[in-house]
Amino acid sequence: MEELVYTQLNETVYQETLDNGLKVFLLSKPEMAKTYGIFTTNYGSIDQTFTPIGKSEKVTVPEGIAHFLEHKLFEKEDRDVFQDFTRLGASANAFTSFTKTAYLFSATSQIDKNVQTLLDFVQDPYFSEESVEKEKGIIAQEIRMYDDQPDWRSFFGTIQSLYHDHPVKVDIAGTVDSIQKITKDDLYTCYETFYHPSNMVLFVAGNIDPESMMTLIRDNQDKKEFPDAPEINRSYPDEPASAAKKEHSITMPVTTAKAMVGVKENVEGLTGEELVRGELLSGMILDYYFSRSGVFYEELYKNDLIDDSFQFETELDRQFGFTILGGDSRKPDEMAARIKEMLHELKEQRISDEDFTRMKRKKIGQFMRAMNSLEFIANQFTHYHTLGTDLFEVLPIIESLTADDAEEYLQHWLKEDAITVFQIKPQANE
Amino acid sequence: MKITEETLLEKEGYRLHILPSKKYKTITIVAKFKAPLKREGITERALLPHVLQKATNNHPNVRSLQSAFENLYGTALSSDGSKKGENHVISFRMEVVNEAYLNDQEPILEEAVQLFNEVLFDPKTEGQGFDSSIVEREKQTLEQKITSIKDDKMSYANMRLMDHMCKDEPYALHVHGYLEDLKTITSEKLYAYYKDMIAKDMLDVYVIGDMDQKAIEKLTDQYFSRKGSTNADDDQVSVTKEVKESREVVEREEVNQGKLHLGYRTYTKFGDDDYYALQIFNGIFGGFPSSKLFMNVREKHSLAYYAASRFESHKGLLLVFSGVDPKDYDQAKSIILEQMDAMKNGDFTEEQVEETKEQVIHQLQETMDNANGMIEVLYHQMLSGAEMPANELIDNIRKVTKEQVVQMAKKIELDTIYFLTSKEGGES
Repeated sequence: MEELVYTQLNETVYQETLDNGLKVFLLSKPEMAKTYGIFTTNYGSIDQTFTPIGKSEKVTVPEGIAHFLEHKLFEKEDRDVFQDFTRLGASANAFTSFTKTAYLFSATSQIDKNVQTLLDFVQDPYFSEESVEKEKGIIAQEIRMYDDQPDWRSFFGTIQSLYHDHPVKVDIAGTVDSIQKITKDDLYTCYETFYHPSNMVLFVAGNIDPESMMTLIRDNQDKKEFPDAPEINRSYPDEPASAAKKEHSITMPVTTAKAMVGVKENVEGLTGEELVRGELLSGMILDYYFSRSGVFYEELYKNDLIDDSFQFETELDRQFGFTILGGDSRKPDEMAARIKEMLHELKEQRISDEDFTRMKRKKIGQFMRAMNSLEFIANQFTHYHTLGTDLFEVLPIIESLTADDAEEYLQHWLKEDAITVFQIKPQANE
Repeated sequence: MKITEETLLEKEGYRLHILPSKKYKTITIVAKFKAPLKREGITERALLPHVLQKATNNHPNVRSLQSAFENLYGTALSSDGSKKGENHVISFRMEVVNEAYLNDQEPILEEAVQLFNEVLFDPKTEGQGFDSSIVEREKQTLEQKITSIKDDKMSYANMRLMDHMCKDEPYALHVHGYLEDLKTITSEKLYAYYKDMIAKDMLDVYVIGDMDQKAIEKLTDQYFSRKGSTNADDDQVSVTKEVKESREVVEREEVNQGKLHLGYRTYTKFGDDDYYALQIFNGIFGGFPSSKLFMNVREKHSLAYYAASRFESHKGLLLVFSGVDPKDYDQAKSIILEQMDAMKNGDFTEEQVEETKEQVIHQLQETMDNANGMIEVLYHQMLSGAEMPANELIDNIRKVTKEQVVQMAKKIELDTIYFLTSKEGGES
């Protein structure tokens, strides 16, 4: 077990890679009542085409399968795993993203048993035709729920306009039609390929003793047999650098229109640290111009082109990246046009050293606030680890950034053909 | 185990709650202004947090004010209005990084508290009113917010259920306010309301984090004192309405998924002896994934992705919510009603009662790990006059018997079934 000490943050992370390849991270916070554990596989909705373990031909599985698998792992031949956690006084949950599937619990008692339950249920799949059929109705209602949410539709609509072929454009849960094709055998294929311990990370944070917790996890894993770690062979279509559509709109029964400006980010060949650095710089630059202290925000808000719902974000991950700005607007065409101009204007401007220092302080403060949350630490640490970096090294990275770095970043940013505008228009009233 | 070491001090025009804790890398300060929930003033109360956060006399525009917060290591200030039973509370929350974690240990806390003071007590004015351009712009923002509630179908269905169920009770009032009232608000009228609120509302200030108590007291004395205010509690006790006959309301909109919401009356509020039994009742009925609603509506019949219940502690309501296909209305409704009957018939095990207790205790402890969660628990307790340490709370939860849960179930009465469904299809 190795100790990673972060002096300024006053935190210590204990880490070990077990014999079967599983990476384990532990963070002890004895002042908390709670312990949070999250067991993550580096497998998400974009991993649709791959060579199954033990096979030589590539397969493409139905859309929405990673998420479907997440639902089905909770169901066993004789019971529902939620009940196991209930019996242990814990609450459990799971989520699927573009690149990950994660299973988690939080508990204030019987931590050892909860950790064992988490490991055991994820590592003991039981899929049957009958239970797969039953789940289709539940997930169909989950998809329908999202269909009625304008914020989700505008976020996803923008990504769909940015990408030509890449599976990031597919809704994480799939569609009501695509999930009908999922079979028990498909689930086993995906499970066996992506749920090998060597493709997974366990993070436990909270009221724990690291030494005994590591022993417990090691013992649990030593009792199980796994085949040798497979090399995972994923494949993705060639994706052009340009946006798939310049503009696109849909109608929905909303009271106010929505407009989003999307930028496709080029992440090809970037290392984990470069992705993190890019996300930080982009975040600080956008913050400087488009947060409530920014000149662009001020102009857009005063002219009633945006309101409180205005948001922006940059997400860079393995395989894909995007920046999205937008929200509700009474003048969506004007808003989108003006934001596009603003993005181009960024290149000709320079943030002063003083202002850049302010944005750094803001970023540091945001990070410190987030550190109050065990969930944030565990989820993000896992995310950074799968990218090959370390969450707690973000602080020195922020401190090292300069206004020159921001300028340099902007020079390589934003190609005209990488921009899209997506709108939701209110349905005409009858 | 103690809930926390709370130091409660009666100060000049406010009550100070100091909560030392080593759990956080930040210090959180929350100021809560409470007044009776009334139609008159509700729209002003919805608008005020927006206006106050925009500018002060010292920082006369949004950019200047926000930049000042950013310089203090991105100190975050937010505010919101909410109903606590039939009272209205505006909360201002500020979170500052604890100086101990900064490289150069800059003294940013005092500056942050000073800015907080400016936002609350020295907003930008113009003659006898707020800055009129700010008020006009924020009126537009609020108008947008009021009209777009409809876009979030779950909140909208919940609001409509309350509209029908609590029609003549203050509780049905909309926290976002009303368009017709908004039209009549001027910067002078809003300022007059603000002056009244800032002087008369009951003010509680909570400070939580790793800090020096004396230094904090000195800071709050300097920046939160209200000279001449008695800080009286003008509490509006919520009326208990008997259900004469339950009703069913179906409304239609363009939706893919129907929203089925049921409103019950529990006749039990925070601070009542059987409140603990209500917590266990809710856990077994619909509070957790192990509950009857989740297991039957979702797992057994695959009718929904979510089916759950929660209760309103200060008003005595129990609400059930689920998203179902419009065609499944009758089936989902009867399954939900059957689960309530099963609760009344005691159709659950002692083991379930025990497991639910652990779940409820876990939830409480988890809430108290969070700075804002802890403050909410203490504030609830104070308002209901039922202050007790965490170990006593937990003991009381552990003492609940199955019989008490059945008694609770029998007390609960169905008031309104509300279904928001698609224009075509479904039930008529």
